[in-house]
Amino acid sequence: MATSSPYLKQSSAKAASLITFSGVRKSFTVRGRTTDVIEQFDLGIRDGEFICVVGPSGSGKSTILNMVAGLLPPSKGVVSYDGQVVNSVNTAVSYLTQHDTLLPWRTVADNIALPLEIKRVPKAQRLQSVQAMIETVGLSGFAKHYPSQLSGGMRKRVMLARMLVQDPATILMDEPFGPLDAQLKLALQAELLRLWTVTHKTILFVTHDIVEAITLADRVVVFSARPSRVKFVENISIPRPRDVHEVRFLKGFEEHYRRLQDAIDINA
Amino acid sequence: MVSAATEVPSELTAELKTSDRRLSAVWVWRIVFLVVFLAAWQLAAGRLLDLFWTSSPIAIVETLWNWIVSGLLFRHLAVTFEETIIGFLIGTFLGIAAAFVVGQSELLREALDPFFTAIYGLPKIALAPLFIMWFGIGMLPKIVLAAVSVFFLVFFNTLSGVRQTDQAMVDALRLMGASRTDILKKVVLPSSLPWIFLGLKLGLPYGFVGAVAAEMMASNQGIGFLTQSSAGQFDTSGVFAALLALMIVTTALNEALSKLERWAFRWK
Repeated sequence: MATSSPYLKQSSAKAASLITFSGVRKSFTVRGRTTDVIEQFDLGIRDGEFICVVGPSGSGKSTILNMVAGLLPPSKGVVSYDGQVVNSVNTAVSYLTQHDTLLPWRTVADNIALPLEIKRVPKAQRLQSVQAMIETVGLSGFAKHYPSQLSGGMRKRVMLARMLVQDPATILMDEPFGPLDAQLKLALQAELLRLWTVTHKTILFVTHDIVEAITLADRVVVFSARPSRVKFVENISIPRPRDVHEVRFLKGFEEHYRRLQDAIDINA
Repeated sequence: MVSAATEVPSELTAELKTSDRRLSAVWVWRIVFLVVFLAAWQLAAGRLLDLFWTSSPIAIVETLWNWIVSGLLFRHLAVTFEETIIGFLIGTFLGIAAAFVVGQSELLREALDPFFTAIYGLPKIALAPLFIMWFGIGMLPKIVLAAVSVFFLVFFNTLSGVRQTDQAMVDALRLMGASRTDILKKVVLPSSLPWIFLGLKLGLPYGFVGAVAAEMMASNQGIGFLTQSSAGQFDTSGVFAALLALMIVTTALNEALSKLERWAFRWK
């Protein structure tokens, strides 16, 4: 466990890294044509750290998450997790994908219960955890609904609940709050920060939203356009605990914002 | 899969009423067609058409009634019904099981594909003489022929369902630490269910075809035998009565299958 306060100024992570990318390259071959998505990627993520990844579409942000999850091997280089090379499905992480992976034939409650069923958690305990989680994500009264009866934002929240109920050591999130309205987005960001403060999970979070990245992260990693490499890393100096409504008015926010905005600009 | 509001707005009830009205109009037209057809047949019989070849609706109903009263119809129908249902269940079970096994491996599927396709392409009725030779003239050859007819339809449909399982859902479960069995039970089976049902619905009439055709070739009981023996005595009314009885039974069974399907897909 990382005991050093995550909001102190950081140097590059070395031995203490939970997740390490070293010399990672990724290219995809479709119908004989090879496209380089990631040219070069090196990064160490410490236990308990909150990392946001921003960058243009198609720059391989989701690819990075897939590699940590063990769903996709790098073409070159090594991804390791907790000292072990990731070469098969990494069940230590929980992954909130952009793709809707709720099971449409299960109700909201049964979808959230799924990871607990798989871990053979007794039914009574399962029901209790699920009920609590439904309330956390603000879906009370929708337990018996099927996913097809919910809006996109609500389905996202069910996926979030299904992920959190597993209580994983590491969380991978791929633009989780993208389709939500502004109010709900802030509420869930606040909830995520609260959970993170309490549990000190390691979070790797992909987003398009610079404000969101500054609000949440210890470090923001900016990807260049494809074939991508790390263009810029910004350490966020805003002290914690952070209030999601207030962050953007705090000292230092503007500077972070400008630097990230400049870095992300493809023409720059 | 999208749509379906959580509460029912008034426009929706209005829409339901309109669709109710349309449905009753459809039924009125169905009855009109039936009455016109039967009346035309009855009037033409003995005048434009030779009664010996075409019989008449009233004569057919008379024959059918005599068979019902004497218990003859029920006895023969029960035999055909039993052969079909047993064959259908065996074919369904084996078809689904085989599709799940073959669907596990793309290599296995490709290797077996030409064999399955070759046997599938064969008219199943052509196998009847072989089965009669092997299993005699009792119920067994009919059951086997019904099972074989159903098997391929269920197998091919289930297999395409298994192959179309959403890989993202499977990955989501693997990350939760799900075993192969978990994935089969919780994702592959429910997601192939629509295809399985398609196979069942296509297979059921072929099950009847198999059983009845085998009865016509060599048998002393069943609807196929009844049709054949009526035809042998140039009893046109008898042939039509047997066909009518068969039609009623298959329609009832198809309807029951649709009911089951609607129940299984209440989440849609």
